[in-house]
Amino acid sequence: MTVAALGQRRLRRRRVYGSLGTALALLCALLAAGALLAILGYVIVQGAGAINWSFLTALPHPVGVPGGGVGNGILGTVIIIAIATAMAVPIGLLTGIYLALFGRGVIPEALRFLSDVLSGVPSIAIGLFAYAVLVAPLKHFSAVSASFAFMMLMLPLLVRTSEQAIRSVPQTVREGALALGMSNLRATVGIVLPTARPAIITALLLAIARVTGETAPLLFTAFGSQFWETNPNNPMAVLALQVFTYAISPYPNWQAQAWGGALLLIVAVLVLSLGARLMLRRAMQGLES
Amino acid sequence: MSAAVAAERDELLATDELSAYYGDRKAVGDVSIAFTRKAVTALIGPSGCGKTTFLRCLNRIHEVGFDARVEGRVLLDGQDIYAGAVDPMAIRRRIGMVFQRPNPFPTLSILDNTLVCAARGLNRRQRFDCAERALRAAALWDEVKDKLRSSPLRLSGGQQQRLCIARAVAAEPEVLLMDEPTASLDPIATAVIEELMARLADEFTIVAVTHNMQQAARVSDVTAFMLADEAGVGRLVEVDDTARLFTKPGDHRTEDYITGRFG
Repeated sequence: MTVAALGQRRLRRRRVYGSLGTALALLCALLAAGALLAILGYVIVQGAGAINWSFLTALPHPVGVPGGGVGNGILGTVIIIAIATAMAVPIGLLTGIYLALFGRGVIPEALRFLSDVLSGVPSIAIGLFAYAVLVAPLKHFSAVSASFAFMMLMLPLLVRTSEQAIRSVPQTVREGALALGMSNLRATVGIVLPTARPAIITALLLAIARVTGETAPLLFTAFGSQFWETNPNNPMAVLALQVFTYAISPYPNWQAQAWGGALLLIVAVLVLSLGARLMLRRAMQGLES
Repeated sequence: MSAAVAAERDELLATDELSAYYGDRKAVGDVSIAFTRKAVTALIGPSGCGKTTFLRCLNRIHEVGFDARVEGRVLLDGQDIYAGAVDPMAIRRRIGMVFQRPNPFPTLSILDNTLVCAARGLNRRQRFDCAERALRAAALWDEVKDKLRSSPLRLSGGQQQRLCIARAVAAEPEVLLMDEPTASLDPIATAVIEELMARLADEFTIVAVTHNMQQAARVSDVTAFMLADEAGVGRLVEVDDTARLFTKPGDHRTEDYITGRFG
């Protein structure tokens, strides 16, 4: 057999393997995307019928009374996430700045490690912690305790992504600022942070999306409510919690509303993620040119 | 250069046995050199000879890097800028810097980039005048006067570099350090910057790193040649009037380098 013929055979075999690999990869990709689309489709089919104006704005009705909605749960979700964000952003951002600028040595490494551990802690354990710290001693459930649990869930994401965002600002920009005689503080706050802002906002949106659908920590913190509750010191209705309660109830009316609530949650997360992507794209364009 | 000649010249900036380190690695060793006021001094030498590191020691930006330190003295008007009580920020205001790659601040407008380190406490009119002066000095005014509020990222590379020069000029320093200011630019933009350097020397003392010998010959009054020794430590080989250094170098290594035998 000539060398050329041998080469031809090898080439053919490589082509076959190559197309087999491509086909396999494509199949896996379709399965992954298919699962997501199936969930989305099923929730839309089941939940779209439950969604109407009164579902979005009304209070829940008692068992047996048709109609009613999850308006207080939507409001509660917004309030609890707003408080959690207000607590998590300063802490997470300042920690991220600290790690990005003075990130060598034992303490920063320990902080990074702890932050990674925290991001792996099951949300129900964080809920229990919030219960032990804020609910048990005060002897009542409260929205603030839920916000506290959410803050703990958002923190590791914010810390690591804001560190990354600040690090991704070219060193030349920071040095340029320092070389002009700016103070470290002014170079960071005036030049580096604004440059990293789109990426930081992206991280924040993703962190909010992450907690929007969290249910476990709410069970023993926010607890739920039948009323238009706006005082963060009281138990509060939350959409994810209502979905949970309604879904395990034996009443068809409530079960339909659980699907509707689930659909709302998915849409909210989808919108937040899309927003995050758009922000990120803008940020990349800004840095490239 | 003889002592008599040195005394004749007005020397604004000088180093005395300056060494620079990255951790344990010595990158620049025992460089003593003086820079004449309102002249352009070119630092030439092959890649890795420590010329950029040396330049970065002159306004204390070297020490910003991790584990970087400096030994020896840098005298600005006779005052050691590494003395204990000296604030590096104050030094950097007197000794400005332009980097190898244009680094305008992406979130600030062209106007705000120019003024970011200008004197404080000016009113609107004065600030605008200051920006116009700096942009004119950097030969950029005519190209940006109609888009002062837009992003510097829309400018070409050469325009961005001139904006960085304007930004440094607006801070009214005495010395301008330039680290291969044309390395990332095309020949036309390079010519503009070179012309600009000659003009800026009327007002500032300029120290420019370049690995382009033709550029050094074109723009500088004095040229210093640096070379790494066997241990990789950058040393000053010789410094002389540019015309003399390129025609009658005093050291055979300089001759080898400028005639292209290595580097």
